[in-house]
Amino acid sequence: MNVLLDHLPEFRDGFIGTVLLTAASALLAMVLGVVMAGFRVSPVPPLRFFGAAWVTLFRNTPLTLLFLVAWFVVPAVFGTGMNPWTKALLALGFYTSAFVCEAVRSGVSTVPLGQAEAARSLGMTFSQTLRLIVLPQATRTVVPPLSSIFIALTKNSAIAGAFSVTELFGVQKLLSDKGFAIAPIFLWVALAYLVITFSISGLFRLLERRLEVAR
Amino acid sequence: MSGVSVTKAADDAAPAADDLVVLSNVNKHFGALHVLQDIDLTIARGEVVVVIGPSGSGKSTLCRTINRLETIDSGAIAIDGKPLPQEGKELARLRADVGMVFQSFNLFAHKTVLENVTLGQIKVRKADKKAAEEKARTLLDRVGVGSQADKYPAQLSGGQQQRVAIARALAMDPKVMLFDEPTSALDPEMINEVLEAMQQLARDGMTMVVVTHEMGFARSAANRVVFMADGKIVEEATPDQFFSNPRSDRAKDFLSKILHH
Repeated sequence: MNVLLDHLPEFRDGFIGTVLLTAASALLAMVLGVVMAGFRVSPVPPLRFFGAAWVTLFRNTPLTLLFLVAWFVVPAVFGTGMNPWTKALLALGFYTSAFVCEAVRSGVSTVPLGQAEAARSLGMTFSQTLRLIVLPQATRTVVPPLSSIFIALTKNSAIAGAFSVTELFGVQKLLSDKGFAIAPIFLWVALAYLVITFSISGLFRLLERRLEVAR
Repeated sequence: MSGVSVTKAADDAAPAADDLVVLSNVNKHFGALHVLQDIDLTIARGEVVVVIGPSGSGKSTLCRTINRLETIDSGAIAIDGKPLPQEGKELARLRADVGMVFQSFNLFAHKTVLENVTLGQIKVRKADKKAAEEKARTLLDRVGVGSQADKYPAQLSGGQQQRVAIARALAMDPKVMLFDEPTSALDPEMINEVLEAMQQLARDGMTMVVVTHEMGFARSAANRVVFMADGKIVEEATPDQFFSNPRSDRAKDFLSKILHH
């Protein structure tokens, strides 16, 4: 108990760091994931190939390796102007986007083919068909897996701590280095993660219920 | 078949003014199956052509090639003098001029009936929302489902859904309407309400290609009956000629099976 109260500012900063990093990465992953899913179902072969390559690359690379790439390869290629937080955002966002893409794609395949055919026969373009007809109807099936993906993202963001980004898991290292008992520190860190992941699953449960009513 | 010479003329000179849909020498395979074999078919403006034939004869596929929902392996299809382009913006524009009604209705499940009928007008024709709604309500009234405008498709009967689908296609002011077995998924007592809407449309002079098993509709509304079997057009005739005096054995056999019970 004392560890938490005595170091409330550190815990608070770590907590806010994790929430911000998770939220920003989730947003990036969402945008990239939906775009890549669009590529993967597109009638244009090069786009399909790009989408498939993207998923293969980012889904099959260990996240820690992506962090190392962001830290050591990205600055060598694009210059050193990026701060650690941005690099962590890119690694987490790109990694998670591959999973979002596959969840969205599986949702797209649950929408009956006739819906897209009807849209196309009205003269809608591929992107109109996807945006106006297919994706809105895929949302319902995509929400539950997205919840799991974002919870995993929250926990994955702990890796950023090892790369000197201020976040929850880093607090543990900071305090145990100062010689405090490890067990209570871990307990408080774990509870803080639980607060975030429970909020995410609660939020998505709410969303699921809303979509059920709205058809 | 006589379609060939007409097609040739359409290719060489300016297309004859009243040839709206021209298929020439169209071939398509599904794997090893040759579903469309050397199809020549010309549909004139204002004509109602009913395509009949046994299951698997390729009649649905034929219908779907006309707006390129199915691609073809060889041959050419032209609508109003313009050959069907590759997938893309230009094809989308052309599809807007070709109305399609499906066997399974395919109304947009997440949109209300009214939105189903306005969506194409607003997003494709760039119509003003208010004008689109007005037009949608007029069309929905015309097919007798005006009172259902604010419901979702799942709340309607099959017959009502199909009539909404007809209104949705009509809202684009199509040059030609394709019907791909529009009554095959309906309960018997709902078939008539859809056929009546189609008959009204035929009387109003709409160019129509109708794939159906409804021989009554073929008799009463068609200008021409096209009989298909095994991927080929076996016979083309006026309904009177076809039903009272079919020339081919294949057609005689088909008619004897469906008319005698």
